Order: sequence, then C-alpha cells, then structure tokens
Amino acid sequence: MSLVASHAPVLAIIIPLLAAPVCAMLRGTTFPWFLTTVISALSFAVSVQILLTVSDTGPISYMLGGWAAPWGIEYVADPLSAFVMLIISGISTGVLLYARESIAKEVPPHQLGLFFSAYLLALAGMMGITVTGDAFNIFVFLEITSLSSYVLIAMGEKADRRALTSAFQYLIIGTIGATFILIGVGLLYMMTGTLNIADIASRFDAIADTRPVRAAVAFLIIGIAIKLAMFPFHVWLPNAYSYAPSIVTAFFAGTATKVSVYLLLRFIFTIFGAEFSFGVVSLSELLMPLGVIAFLSMSTVAIFQTNVKRLLAFSSVAQLGYMTVGIALASEAGLTASILHIFNHAIVKTGLFLSVGCMVFVAGSAYLKDLEGIGSRMPLTTFGFVLGGLALIGVPLTPGFVSKWYLVMATLERGDFLGYALTAGMLLSSLLAVIYIWRVVEVAYFRPAPADAEAREAPLSLLIPTWIFIIGSFYFGIQTTVNVGFAEKAASFLMGGL
Amino acid sequence: MIDGLNPGFILILGALLVPLTSGFIRSLLVLALPVLGFAQMISLGLGSWGVIDMLGLQVVLTHIDPLSRVFGIIFHIAAFAALLYSLHVKDTVQHIATLIYAGSAIGAIFAGDLLTLFVFWEITAVSSVFLIWASRTERAFRSGVRYLIIQVTSGVILLGGIALYVADTGSLAFGPMELGSFATWAFLIAFGIKAAFPLLHNWVQDSYPEATVTGTVVLSAFTTKLAIYALARAFPGTDLLIYIGVVMVIFPVVFATLENDLRRTLAYSMNSQQGFMVIGIGIGTEMALNGVAAHASVSILYTCLLFMCTGAILYRTGTAKATELGSLYKSMPLTAFFAVIGSLVIVAFPLTAAFASKSLILSASLKEGYYFVWLFMLFGAVAVIDNIGLKIPVFGFFRRNAEKDPAPVQDAPAHMLLAMALLTGLAILAGVMPGAFFSLLPYDVSYEVYTASHVVTQLQLILFATLAFALALRLGVYPGLKSAINLDFDWFYRKAGKSLAITTGTLILTVWTAFINLCQRGVAGVISLAVDTHGDGKTMSRTVSSSAAVVAIVALFGVILLVAYQF
Repeated sequence: MSLVASHAPVLAIIIPLLAAPVCAMLRGTTFPWFLTTVISALSFAVSVQILLTVSDTGPISYMLGGWAAPWGIEYVADPLSAFVMLIISGISTGVLLYARESIAKEVPPHQLGLFFSAYLLALAGMMGITVTGDAFNIFVFLEITSLSSYVLIAMGEKADRRALTSAFQYLIIGTIGATFILIGVGLLYMMTGTLNIADIASRFDAIADTRPVRAAVAFLIIGIAIKLAMFPFHVWLPNAYSYAPSIVTAFFAGTATKVSVYLLLRFIFTIFGAEFSFGVVSLSELLMPLGVIAFLSMSTVAIFQTNVKRLLAFSSVAQLGYMTVGIALASEAGLTASILHIFNHAIVKTGLFLSVGCMVFVAGSAYLKDLEGIGSRMPLTTFGFVLGGLALIGVPLTPGFVSKWYLVMATLERGDFLGYALTAGMLLSSLLAVIYIWRVVEVAYFRPAPADAEAREAPLSLLIPTWIFIIGSFYFGIQTTVNVGFAEKAASFLMGGL
Repeated sequence: MIDGLNPGFILILGALLVPLTSGFIRSLLVLALPVLGFAQMISLGLGSWGVIDMLGLQVVLTHIDPLSRVFGIIFHIAAFAALLYSLHVKDTVQHIATLIYAGSAIGAIFAGDLLTLFVFWEITAVSSVFLIWASRTERAFRSGVRYLIIQVTSGVILLGGIALYVADTGSLAFGPMELGSFATWAFLIAFGIKAAFPLLHNWVQDSYPEATVTGTVVLSAFTTKLAIYALARAFPGTDLLIYIGVVMVIFPVVFATLENDLRRTLAYSMNSQQGFMVIGIGIGTEMALNGVAAHASVSILYTCLLFMCTGAILYRTGTAKATELGSLYKSMPLTAFFAVIGSLVIVAFPLTAAFASKSLILSASLKEGYYFVWLFMLFGAVAVIDNIGLKIPVFGFFRRNAEKDPAPVQDAPAHMLLAMALLTGLAILAGVMPGAFFSLLPYDVSYEVYTASHVVTQLQLILFATLAFALALRLGVYPGLKSAINLDFDWFYRKAGKSLAITTGTLILTVWTAFINLCQRGVAGVISLAVDTHGDGKTMSRTVSSSAAVVAIVALFGVILLVAYQF
C-alpha cells in the first residue's frame, strides 16, 4: 500500500492512460464499459487517497522518473488540485455507472470500444492537467483532453448529424485556445528558462515588468477563457453539449469547464500571484464584467431555449460566470465561493443532465415540445429534474444555496456600491433561473401528454445513478463540512501559500 | 412527545400521509394532526430547542415564548376549525395544501431565527397558492399566479434583508430591531407585503375570493396574521407603523362599502382590522402589544367564522353576491345564527371577544396620548359595523330580495355547522371571561374590560351605525357614496374622515395607477428587449460561424493585450 501511496499522483493519470489502448481493442457492448468503469473507480479511489493525504500532511510532490524538480517533470498534488481531481474522477465514475444502457442506444456497438477509449483519454487528460506541476505538461494534457473530447462529441452523430458540425467548430475554437496557451507558456519559458510551475513562480517577480510577460498573460487568459467557455468565448459550448451523447454531456458539464477554472486559478494565483494579477494587470476589472454579463445574459438566453439540453448548457455558461466573479473578487471569501461552486455545480449539473438523459432515452428527444406531460409519464425522472432544478436555482438546503450564500457574503464583504450591485445582479440571475427551470416544469406537469405516449420510466440502471447525484447534491447542501471544508482549505492555500 | 420538535413539522409531515388514506381514516387523520401539534406545543412549554450551528451562524428551529405561544394557540385552533369545516372536500390536494400551509405558518411562528423564518415563510407562500388554484377556473389560476409572485417577492426581499442583516451584525437572531439600515427596511417591506400594508394590499382582495369555499377560510387565518406576528416581534414601538396603521384602517373601508361580493367585502374589512393591529405594534407598549396579540387571535376567530358563513351560502346557493341573496334565514337558520354572532363579534359588541381585545388597543392609544389615532380607529370601528356587522346578516340572510328570493336551500352540512359553533363558542367565551383570555397574553397587564364608559361608548357606536345603515336601506341609497356622506352628517369626524379618505384614496390611486402603468411599460420594454436580443435564434443565442467567433477572440485578445501592456 505504501508503494501505491507514494506513487498515487502518477497512478491517477497512468491508470486511465494505459487502459485506453486496451479498451480500444475490446469488442462488444459490456466489456469496454466495464473496464472503463473499473478504471475510473480506481482513479477515484486514488484521488480520495491523495486528498486525504494532502489534507493531513500538506502537498505531495512526485518526481517523474526520479528526475529532480526543475529539470524533470514534477507532479504536485496540493489542496486545490487534489480537490479538483476528486471532483473529476468522482463525476466520471458516477456518469459511467449510468452509461451502459444509455450509450448503447446512442453509439453503434462496433464503435463502443473506441468510444470508451476516448473517454478514458479525456479522463486521463483532465486528471493530468490538474496534477501536473509542469507548464508544458499542462498543454500536452490539454491537447489529450481536447482531441478526445472532439471525438466524444462527434459520436452524437447517430442521433443528430449536427454533432459533427458542433464538434468541428469546437475543434477550431478549442485549437485556437490551446495554441494561445502554448504561446503563453512558450513566452514564459523564454523569459524564465524553466517550465516548472513552482520555478516560474519564484522567478516571476523579477521579470513581471517585461513586455513578453505581459503578452504571455494576455495569451494565457484568452486561451483559458476559451476553454472555460467564459462569456463571450462560449460559442462552442451550447452546440457541443446539445448534440453530444447524453453521458458525454453529463461528464463534460461536470468536469471539462471546471478543469479550465482550475487552470485559471492556477495561473492567476500560483504563477502570476494575486498581487500582479489584480494589482498590476487589473484582471479583476476585466473578468468581473464578463462574469456578470455571463450570468445575466446567458440565464436570459436559457429562458428562451426550446431544447432542454441546450437550456442547461446556457445555464452552465451562466454558472461559470458566478465562478469567474468569485475569482475576480480577488478575496479569500470570493475564492472559497468559486472553488465551492466548482464542486457544487459539478454535482448538480451532472444530475440534471443525467435526468434529461433519462428523458431522451425514453422519449427520444430533448425538445420541450416532445416532453409535454413527461411528469406523469416518467414521474421519478421528472421529480429528480425538479429537485436538481431547485438546487440550480439555489433554494436553501441545496448546494446551489450554499455556494450562492458564500458568493453573496464575499460580494457584501466589499461593502461598496459594486458589492451591493453584484448581490442584486445575482439575485436577479437566480430569479431568471427560476423562470427557465419553471418552463420545463410547466411543460412537464401542466401540459397534457400526447395521447399515444406510453407511461414508461427509464430503466433502473439510468435512474439509480441519476438519483445518486440528486440525493448527493442535497446531502452536500445540508451537510456542508466536506465541500466547504476542502474549498476553504484550497482557497487559503492559494491566498497564503504563494 | 418528541423533545424540541417544532409543532409545525407535525402538520407538515402529517400532510404527507394524507394521500395514503381515504374516507373516515382521512377525516380522523386531518383532525388529529392539529390536536397533536397543539399537544406538542403545550408539552414543550417555553424555551428554545434545536440550536444548530450552520455556516457559522446560529439557527434555532424551535423557540417558544409568550408572544409566539398566543399565535401558536390560535393558529392550531384555526387549523382545526378550518379542517373540520372542509371535511366534505374530496380533493386530496386541498387537504395537503391546508395542512402544509397551516404547519408552515405555525413553524414560522415558532422559528427562533431569521433563516428558519424565511424557509417557513416561503413554504406558506407556495403551499397556500394551491388553495386558490384548487378552484380550477381560469380566473383563479391567474389570480393564483399573481398571488404567488407577490408572496415569493416578499420572501426574496426577506432573504435579501437577511443577507444584509447577517453582513451587518453577523447574527441571525430574530428580535426587536431599529429601522435604519437597508436590512431592516427590507424586513419591513417583506412583512408589510404579507400584512397587506396600504398599496401593498391588493393581493388580498384579488386572491382570497377566488379560492375555494374552504380555501378562503384557511387563507384568511394565517398569512396576514403571521406577518402581524413578525412585525410585533421585530418592530414594536416603531412610530411609522402608527401612521401606516391609520391609513390601513381607513383606506380599505371605502372599497368595502362599495363591494357587492360578500366575500370580497370581508377581505377588505379584514384588511382594515389588520390596521388596528399595526397601530398597536406602532404604539409598542406592553398593553398595546397585548392588544395586538389579543385582537389578532379574535380577528382570526371572527374572520374565519364569517368566511365560513359566506362560504356556506356560496356552497348552498352558488353565489355570494349581495344583490342575488335574501331571506336565507328561513332555509339556513343555524348559519344565519352564527353569522349574526360573528357580526356581533366583529362590531365588538359587549360580551364578545373583540370587545375585550379592541378596547385594549384603543385604551393603549389613549394612554399614550394618541388621541388623533384613537379617533381614526373609532371611525374604522364604525365603518366595520356598517360594512360587515350589518351588511352580511342583512343582505345575506334577512333582507327580502326585491326581485326574487333565491330558491330555498338546505342548511349547511353538519361538520360546517360544528366548525362554526366551535369558533362562535370560543369568541363568546373569551368575551365573557376576559380574565382567562388575557392570562394567555404575552405581558402581565391588569386591565378592566367592562367599565361603564367602555360599554356605553361601544353601544353608542353600534346604535348610531345601525341607525345610519337602516336609514340608508330604507331610503334606498345604500351603498351610494354620496348619500352615505349625508347620512354621516351628525358624526363630524366620520364625514371629514370619509371624504378625506375618498379624496386622498382617489388621488393616491390615480398616482399609483400611473406609476404602475409606467412600471408595467418599463418591464414590458425590458422583456421585449430581452426577447429581441436573447430569444431563440436571436443575437445572443445564435450559433455564430467559426470565423466570426475567431474574429471576436482576436479582438478581445487585442483588448486584453492593451490592458496588460498598460502599466
């Protein structure tokens, strides 16, 4: 066990990475899924182990191949990365439990091996981005994640051929984002002569006033913002989420953009340092309006959507706005709220997408017009969606309330006009959330079901994982010590551990 | 009993069992729940339970003190009577909604902190709207939606206030506060909406008459009185409330006189009676607060009772419009009897409960030197005699209809009569034995109800108001506004007050309508702008081409680069 424990950071990446080619060779409908689920669960177990160790003894550093830090590649698990790893692998495992019957309906059987192979690569890539302590490595893992995610999204092609164009658009925009990040890292390398994050950070102050570094900041922020689907770089997200297979949407909604939020935090706080980011370059003034427009404008857009998956996708962009605002507040309270919302939104939105997935499985469509009266046809699924919707709105006793509460506390802490205005904006955005969730509720419960529609629930293999997420989200809304505790730890680490 | 369990939970959780039962068992269950809740409340005594640390703040799930206990007692009684009254209803939704609504109102009364209060506050809003929707008419649906929007708005304002209050004080404690910060103003507005402050009152008359026969009875008992409780807890002795209360006493009177629908008339009068309590809170002395608690309790008794009587009429004849009713005393003698008693209570006839409770507030205002306020309250008292005390029995039961009397009907069903008898009995009992009634009140104040001057003043008021009403009827001028002023000639302050109320009322209404129109136009503008820019397939939600997206990315990159370069 001690051998496993000492290699934990690398194991979390290497297990899914090595399993991916194996998976590609497997045939049939059950084997690839089974292997992927086991691998993801292992990865989750390792992440739990890492998080516990980190919160007990502080950050773990792992030297790849035994090469010492600034020269070799270093993996670092600190409170923030360990927390995000836990979220990624946890969401992935939960979604996989749901995947077997759902994906068999959406992807041709002979492609399942390749599909799950791409899924494992995406998982490995995201875990890698989170744990690596090397700036160039971030780009490598980012590309692994991106390439596999283009494939995964394009897999929705059987149900709706628009999946292909959305994957292609994501490819173009995503590649630009990745290239920007690469250029930014390259500029930092040029100025510091090192790729190790801790090393760059320690030399950053000396070179902060140079033009190439300023350019690097601009490249990195834009690159990450594209990947994060920060308004107005979100154009790729609604289509990609709408047309991808259900489990891919659920998986990415909980993880992909969250990893980018992690990257933003990592660059702003660890590499640039809060003082440079907010004092010298005034990123706060830049990110704040984008976040505010995101949660107001995108919530409004969500109201008018006719496709529930697309509606939730726009709501995701809005929720990312909350996280952006939390970061832009540049205070420990704001940071806590932001990190907390990564967790809370991941679990809530995944649950919502899974319940929509159940509806798609049975009704064959996510368009509101096809879901009329779904409340009486699929009572359990729809009730799950309503509960998830309440959590998204931020009703007390749900995680949405907890993170909004922290965010409101953080904005009020400013004590100035902007703080009050932000609070009012957030309340307004919550009201908008009430409206877009209500639209679904109205269609589901208050419209008569079409006469020929049969009342049939989704199979248990879909319902149970969905309800795990729904009940889980309420658990974390009531018993907040776990998520709030780790988020606070991560935030104080970022603010103090520079 | 379970130690420290908020009695409200018994009703709320019990409501979940209702769908599993039917017939006799269900009747037994719904009647047992308020009794159990009552027993739980009594067995708890006074104190705090369920103290939890949440997010570093103290949440108190159950807190019983003398003030909340009075409200708790009367809420349980009202819940029991209303459920008894609605036993014939076969609609599961209504039973569940009634129980959850009553339970959450009781829960809110016993909430020890602002957050718990907020949660129950919202549950009352959401559960009660089902009583309106249960009418299952288009009108009721629309009215219910308006009601829900207003109630939820009150909750949102309350939540906003709580957030600000916590930021200011770092505590969730729900106790007396000073008006002055954003937070406390938010509380006042949130409570004011539910208490139906003037200009915030429209939802009462809009929604209550649209609810089902039994739904109105239930609605009338809880929401507004919960708000009175919250005001009494948070803002005792706030001068502003005296003036709000005065306007509140006078303002709805005009509308009540003109109203033809008996249930709507009652809703207006109830609103006016709320004004008495708001004045009492504004005065804020121990005696006044006792009066508030007492009058709130009594007001629940008679409002429920009168809504039950008008509801029974509606149930049997299908209408509650004064012009279509008449001579019902022949066919519904018992209901008529209870309506007369209810009217006697509402006019504060000696030996009824309202005589005891109203004189507490009146005396408190005199004692503190608010003579002006005292006069307005007297006017309100007279108005209520005309509007309710005489209008309901006369138009509903005794007057011969000029065109034709409605067909004879049966008297109300037995369980309705029982419910009415229960409330009547309590209202009389409290009036006959004011000592026992007053011993339940929050403060220990010795007060003599039956002094000669109290009795004589009240009888005088009643007699002259009756005379005016009878004359108006005889001359065929009721409810014409103009003649009403002539009739009121000998009561100088009435005339002045009434015409003043009408003029200012009209003025305020005009301004208010213009303001509302302006707001509506503004909101409509914002919505259509949002639709034009954010609608499906419009600018903000369109899938832009990749090349356009890339151009945007490069442009924003340029902006960030400029920002980054600028030292």
